[in-house]
Amino acid sequence: MAKKDIMTINMGPQHPSTHGVLQLVLELDGETVVDAVPHIGFLHRGVEKLAENRSYHRALPLTDRLDYLAPMSNNLGYVLAVEKLLGITDLIPERAKVVRVMMAELTRIKSHLVWLATHALDIGAMTVFLYCFREREAIMDMYEKLSGARMTSNYFRVGGLSQDLPEGFEADVRTFIDAMPGHIETYEGLLTGNKIWQKRTIGVATIDAAAAIDVGLSGPALRASGVDWDLRRDNPYSGYEDYEFKVVTRSGGDTFDRYKVRLDEMRESCKIIRQALDKLKPGPILADAPGVCLPAKKDVVSSIEGLIHHFKLITDGFKPEAGEVYQGIEAPKGELGYYLVSDGSAQPYRMKIRPPSFVNLQALPQMVRGALLADVIAAIGTLDIVLGEIDR
Amino acid sequence: MSQAVVAKLKEAFPAVVGSVREHRGEWTVVVDRAQVVAVCRYLKEQAGYNFLCDLCGVDYLGRQPRFEVVYNLYNIATKERLRLKVQVPEADACVETVSGVWSTANWHERECWDLLGIRFANHPDLRRILMPDNWQGHPLRKDYPLQGPGREPYQGRLS
Repeated sequence: MAKKDIMTINMGPQHPSTHGVLQLVLELDGETVVDAVPHIGFLHRGVEKLAENRSYHRALPLTDRLDYLAPMSNNLGYVLAVEKLLGITDLIPERAKVVRVMMAELTRIKSHLVWLATHALDIGAMTVFLYCFREREAIMDMYEKLSGARMTSNYFRVGGLSQDLPEGFEADVRTFIDAMPGHIETYEGLLTGNKIWQKRTIGVATIDAAAAIDVGLSGPALRASGVDWDLRRDNPYSGYEDYEFKVVTRSGGDTFDRYKVRLDEMRESCKIIRQALDKLKPGPILADAPGVCLPAKKDVVSSIEGLIHHFKLITDGFKPEAGEVYQGIEAPKGELGYYLVSDGSAQPYRMKIRPPSFVNLQALPQMVRGALLADVIAAIGTLDIVLGEIDR
Repeated sequence: MSQAVVAKLKEAFPAVVGSVREHRGEWTVVVDRAQVVAVCRYLKEQAGYNFLCDLCGVDYLGRQPRFEVVYNLYNIATKERLRLKVQVPEADACVETVSGVWSTANWHERECWDLLGIRFANHPDLRRILMPDNWQGHPLRKDYPLQGPGREPYQGRLS
């Protein structure tokens, strides 16, 4: 019998299918993966350290740059954590909460679109990529109208929103969600019944519920393994308890099931956005908490009180009482958590981010052991990782 | 509900549970460092805290003991959270690993070692994770310069 030769090969950090700068050291026996060791940190910017040296308001733009495919979800988690730390959660006006939900769900669709586009492209279905990016572009345009930026939106504020919706925005959103379910049908038409797609996804990178919980998977990746857990329903925040939506689960725990779960989640997101649009009533967009919330821009430029107020908040910031909170939200990729410690000063004493991608990536080695090399590509895609939040 | 778990925990480990604090509706329990694995195993197996959301360290420079390791737990069945903390002195910055209880702790503990220099005894693979392997120092410590080592301190405003 011939001696078994294990070959070690390196994949990434510049490989296009690693979705950023992920390096995998693979041990191969022929084409079979014996082990995979992820190496991360190439994009480490020290976001948590930087946040410790800024006021709470000024730490907000750092969060856009974590999961840059879902910036508003990161903003939302952070502002909710700070509001909880301040104890002003109940003061957030209805309109701000509804807009937050609407934007968080648009962000979920936007993030899932990039996932589907790149995942399909990686395993050989190029057409879907072009369609997904067309729809994503529409959401990017809405982002731009709303916040002035296509990716680093920085739109939410501690206490509410930075500005109200621009004119015609609601109509744009309605047009988009009217068309979106049809687009999802198109993607499904291209993939779900496609024999090649099925061969590349069914039974690939399977993980069962117990193993998934143990390794810390969350979000769609966990729900595809049959665990019925969604923070929007189970620990509601920002008024999610007032919306009707289905938590999508599947039982197979393979790449195909994760694909189906995310597609159905986009459909559910459309329903949530429709309800949010119906709920949207005129009203204030910032909490009545002058010690915390920045004044409206028109007050800053037109009255001396507004200017002083703004100046005071920017130079001094606000000081939450000493204590600590953990706020988890259902980000597109899983549970995004912020653990904030305040020592009573104007800067967070410690800000720990629990990025879903970081934890989900940890499941990769056990998902690909014994699989073929080509399945590693499918597994990376199906975990939907973003290195910006893994490395922070 | 978390309150009931805290009471049960006190009953099971009377000598181990230290201070208990409730802040903004979240319960935090400080437990003895030597018994953290036993407490975690108890919480997972008897109290249903089957999901470790997050594990991290905090550096309270100037305080004794200097470090804290924080475990944010979640119970998927009852949808409840609980926070455990252990205090870690600087001279012996080491905690027993809980990666045998929840395997997800593996990377969190590596990160905690990498960024704060807290070691985890019996960890299966305690290497740096975010910083390069040959990096000196632990960047999230409060006495680690923000600009990095060997750089002029930043003269501008930071906050």
